[in-house]
Amino acid sequence: MLETLAAALSLLAHFDHRLLDIVGLSLRVSLTALAIGAVLGLPLGAWLAVARFPGRGAIIVALNALMGLPSVVVGVLVYLALSRSGPFGSLGLLFSPGAMIVAQTVLVVPLIAAVCRQIVEDAWKEYAPEFSVIGIGRRQAVALLLADCRFSLIVATLAGLGRAMSEVGAVMIVGGNIDGYTRVMTTAIALETSKGDLALSVALGIVLMGIILGLNVVAHFLRCWAARRYG
Amino acid sequence: MFPLRVSGLRFAPDGRAILDGLDLEVSGEGISVILGPNGAGKTVLLRLLAGLLPPDGGRLDWGGAAQAGGRLAMVFQQPMMLRLSVFTNVEFALRPQMPSAADRRQRTAEVLARVGLAHREKDCARLLSGGERQRLALARAWAMRPRLLLLDEPTAALDPSATEAVERIIREIRTEGAKVLMTTHNLGQATRLADDIVFLTDGRVQEHAPAQRFFAHPQSPAAKAFLQGELPWRIAFER
Repeated sequence: MLETLAAALSLLAHFDHRLLDIVGLSLRVSLTALAIGAVLGLPLGAWLAVARFPGRGAIIVALNALMGLPSVVVGVLVYLALSRSGPFGSLGLLFSPGAMIVAQTVLVVPLIAAVCRQIVEDAWKEYAPEFSVIGIGRRQAVALLLADCRFSLIVATLAGLGRAMSEVGAVMIVGGNIDGYTRVMTTAIALETSKGDLALSVALGIVLMGIILGLNVVAHFLRCWAARRYG
Repeated sequence: MFPLRVSGLRFAPDGRAILDGLDLEVSGEGISVILGPNGAGKTVLLRLLAGLLPPDGGRLDWGGAAQAGGRLAMVFQQPMMLRLSVFTNVEFALRPQMPSAADRRQRTAEVLARVGLAHREKDCARLLSGGERQRLALARAWAMRPRLLLLDEPTAALDPSATEAVERIIREIRTEGAKVLMTTHNLGQATRLADDIVFLTDGRVQEHAPAQRFFAHPQSPAAKAFLQGELPWRIAFER
C-alpha cells in the first residue's frame, strides 16, 4: 500500500503527462457543464422563486427530486438522445467530450436551480412588499434577487461543480472512457483500479479530492468574506 | 389622487377584525400622523393603502379613482436593503419609472446628497447603521417623487440624533409637495411633525383633528386616555 502511495505521489510530483491530460479534460468538461448549468439553472430557479402559476408546486417537487437523480440514469437518457437513432443523433456527439458536457449539464441544472429557488425565495419573501410598492416587475425582480443573493448562489454553484466532477456513471456511458479522448478522472479511476494500476488511480483520487476540498475551502471563505463585506 | 376617501374599510383575516368599518378623509397636503395603541390597525391601514393587502370590505377613493395611480411610496419600519451599494439601493427603485440610466444616476446622486449619504454611495447598504438605513429608505422613496408617502414607524428604535435627521428629511419631503401619512408611537414626534392627527383604536378612527387641537383638547375619551398614557395598559389587560 505504501508502495502504491509512493508511486502515486511520484506521478504527481513529476507532472505525469497522462495524469495531466485526464485532469485537464475533467476540468474542461465539468467547468463547461457548470457554466451552462449556471446560465440555465440560476434564472430558472430565480423565476420559480418569484412566479406564481398553477403547477408551480409540482415543478418544485420535481426539481428537488431531480437533485438526487442517479447519474447512470442520466447517462442512459443522454445516450438514447444522442445515439444515432435518437432525436439528437445527427449532432454526432456520442462518445465525445461534448456528450459528457451534456450529461453533466443535465445533472447540475436541477441542483443549481433547486438550491437557487430556495435561496431566492427566502430573499423574495423579505423584499416582495417593497418591490410591489415600487412597481418592480418579475423580470427586474429576478435580476435584482440574483444580484442580491450572488454569494450564496456562487456557493450553490460550486456544489454543482462538485456533483459534476465526482460523478462517474453518466460520463462512462456517454463518453465511452476512450483513452486520451473522453477519459476523465472518475472513469480513469474506475478503469485503472480494475486493471490493477493503483498508482494512477490513487494519484487521480488525490487530485479529485484536492479539487473537491479546495472548492469547499473557497466556498467557506467566500461566504465569510461576503458576510463581513456585504452583511 | 386626493382627497383620499376611505369608507367602511374592513380587514378581518380569519374572521378577526383588525380594521372594522374605518372611515377617513385625507387631504393632499401636510403630514398626517396616525396614532394609536399597539394592535389598533395602523400598519394594516398603511398596507391596505399601499395595495399590499386586499381589504375584506369598504372602499378606497383616490380623488375619484379606484387606484392610487402609481405615485405612492412607502417606507417600512424595517426597510429592505439589497446586498448592493447604497447607490444601487436607490437607483433600482427608479427603473420602473425612469428608463434613462443617466437620469436615474442624476436623481439618485441628488437624493443621496439631500439625506447626507453621498459620501457612502459606494458602501454596501447592509453595513449602514439603523439611522443611515432609514435615511437611505427615505432617499429611495423620495427619489420616486411620490405624491403620497406612507411611513410606518420611521424612527422606531433610533437614537435622538438619528430621529432628528429622519424628521428633518420628512419635513423636506413634505415641503416638496408630497403628502405624508405616517404612523408613530412617539407622541413627541407627532407634536413636532403632524399637521393633523388620525387617532385609531379597535380598527376605527376615533378622532381626526388638527394636531394642535388634538393634543390640547382631545375630544374622544379614548384619545384622552391614550394621551394620559392609560389606554395601552387597559387594552393590554382587557385582551
